[in-house]
Amino acid sequence: MSFLQWAINPWGLRVPIHIAWFLIWVAVIAGVGFFIVHATYVRYFAKPRQFAPDTPPIVPSEIPARVPRHSQVARAFHWVMAASMLTLLCTAFLPKVGVQFNWVTYHWIAGTVLTISILFHIFHASFWLDFWSIWPDRIDMTDAYYRVLRFIGRPAPAPRKFAKYPLENKLYHGAIIVAGLCAIATGVVMMFRVHTIFFPRNPYLFGDMTWGTIYVLHGLAGVGLIALVMVHIYFGIRPEKRPITKSMIYGWMSREFYLEEHDPTRWVVSPSDAAPGSSDRSARTE
Amino acid sequence: MAVIRDVMPAFELLQPNSIAEAQNLLQQNGSDAWVLAGGLDSFDWLKDRIKRPKTVIDLSGVEELRGIRTTSDGIEIGAMTTLTEVAQDPTIRGKYSVLAEAAELVASPQIRNQGTIGGNVSQDTRCWYYRAGWPCYRAGGNICYADTPDGRNREHAILNAERCVAVNPSDTAPALIALDSKFVISTSKGQRVVDAEDYFVGPDIDITRLHILQPGDLLTAIRIPTTWANQQFYFEKVRDRNVWDFPLLNVASAMTLSGARIQQIRIAVNAAAARPLRLKNVERAVRGMPPNAATGEMAGKLAVEGAVPLQFNAYKIPLMRNLVKRAIGGVEQAA
Repeated sequence: MSFLQWAINPWGLRVPIHIAWFLIWVAVIAGVGFFIVHATYVRYFAKPRQFAPDTPPIVPSEIPARVPRHSQVARAFHWVMAASMLTLLCTAFLPKVGVQFNWVTYHWIAGTVLTISILFHIFHASFWLDFWSIWPDRIDMTDAYYRVLRFIGRPAPAPRKFAKYPLENKLYHGAIIVAGLCAIATGVVMMFRVHTIFFPRNPYLFGDMTWGTIYVLHGLAGVGLIALVMVHIYFGIRPEKRPITKSMIYGWMSREFYLEEHDPTRWVVSPSDAAPGSSDRSARTE
Repeated sequence: MAVIRDVMPAFELLQPNSIAEAQNLLQQNGSDAWVLAGGLDSFDWLKDRIKRPKTVIDLSGVEELRGIRTTSDGIEIGAMTTLTEVAQDPTIRGKYSVLAEAAELVASPQIRNQGTIGGNVSQDTRCWYYRAGWPCYRAGGNICYADTPDGRNREHAILNAERCVAVNPSDTAPALIALDSKFVISTSKGQRVVDAEDYFVGPDIDITRLHILQPGDLLTAIRIPTTWANQQFYFEKVRDRNVWDFPLLNVASAMTLSGARIQQIRIAVNAAAARPLRLKNVERAVRGMPPNAATGEMAGKLAVEGAVPLQFNAYKIPLMRNLVKRAIGGVEQAA
């Protein structure tokens, strides 16, 4: 069993041409396996989460009832990226499992949309958002260490609440960066192999071995994204994560969820940040 | 790459005697099975050792697949009927002469004696890069060697190319499309009947096949309705060697006239793309017009709209334009 498909090129060289397509099913099974293991663990074995107390204590009335989490632009980016990613995965892999349609054009158009949206995201996140908020910091690593110790029954202090993004979010974002940028970089180059509106087709841009490697990397990134997207959707619909999912739709999360999960010293929210609809008296005085 | 060794690799030969038995064997063997009809396409692949099936299912013993039968709505041609039988059948010659003409222009008499109509419409492309075993798109790879700046692509596609530029080489396919034939396919889920034009697929849909047959499927018959019987037909094939060659292009049309005007028409070309193309825009445009040189001229121009020539096959554009022109206006008027 080979993870790659090889061929002999016209010059007698053995070159990789793409991944073995059974890896699609490996990714799908890995995704489903993760759902089952995680859901079973959470349902039957997980202990209630414990966080270290807030220091200094929080005065809830200083926090708006609706805590803004994602700007309109950030949400628009997310959903454009999600639509293009799902289109890319469907157009890439459905034909491989027997659903036949004219996929190439849709694929490169969706890839172009994704590329533009990612470039925009990098620019937007670098200059308009808190760039470092999505990267793991020292506190995340220390708390992760504590959580592991507590998971295996060793004594450790309770971890602190999360900053704007939990460590899991940050690690997922890192994995998406690796797989996504690999797929995009190779995909842009692969557009030289088909007819698009962007540049003249040039199959001689690289040698067969380089092209083969590009196709393999694109395929590996693609099957990796299958599992990553499955896991992302799974968490998006899990009950305890729904406030986060809703925040990606409406832009805000409730003060209760914020205070329960997030450390106001690591994710500072002031009353002036209140999302629209925060000004109702009952919410303020709760 | 392709070294003809004349000795085929070992495979298990299965020789069913009925469609049911053949279907059963096809389902048992799935994608490991190779369907052998007349063998004219198959033996090239096998002797060149490019295709190495584990099992070959030889249909030559299935009598149900042979012969031309009259039905309540036309005729039914068994998929294993030879091209000679098709070309010489009195009913076909009399009522559907466009098919007889097309079958008669396939290759050589010896090949027509052995080759079947099912094999002719289901044969693989003749792109030599692909046939030589190079790892092109059609062979599951990631390149089209013919569609490169130095590729030898004189015989390749000018229309509807999508990564692969190979063409369908069948002569009978456009005639069957012009006659509005139906292809009868036996599948694991039962019998399926598709329009002739829907039997073929281009690389945009499936880059590794020229037709819709999946592993386990079997083309059993071709039905030709009476709709176009005894109408005005045209078939022309252009090839490098008139004694024996695949088409550079061919065209088939069936036309009904109302007075001096075209009432209905079906027209198809092959070897211009990876699937035979029914020229629906031409059909719409010429309906109600006289079948003369002017109409042919207009139809020819319309037919090649969107054509994209490769390095060495630009000649196919005027060739197709003129074949369509002649199919509409007739040779004398078009000349």
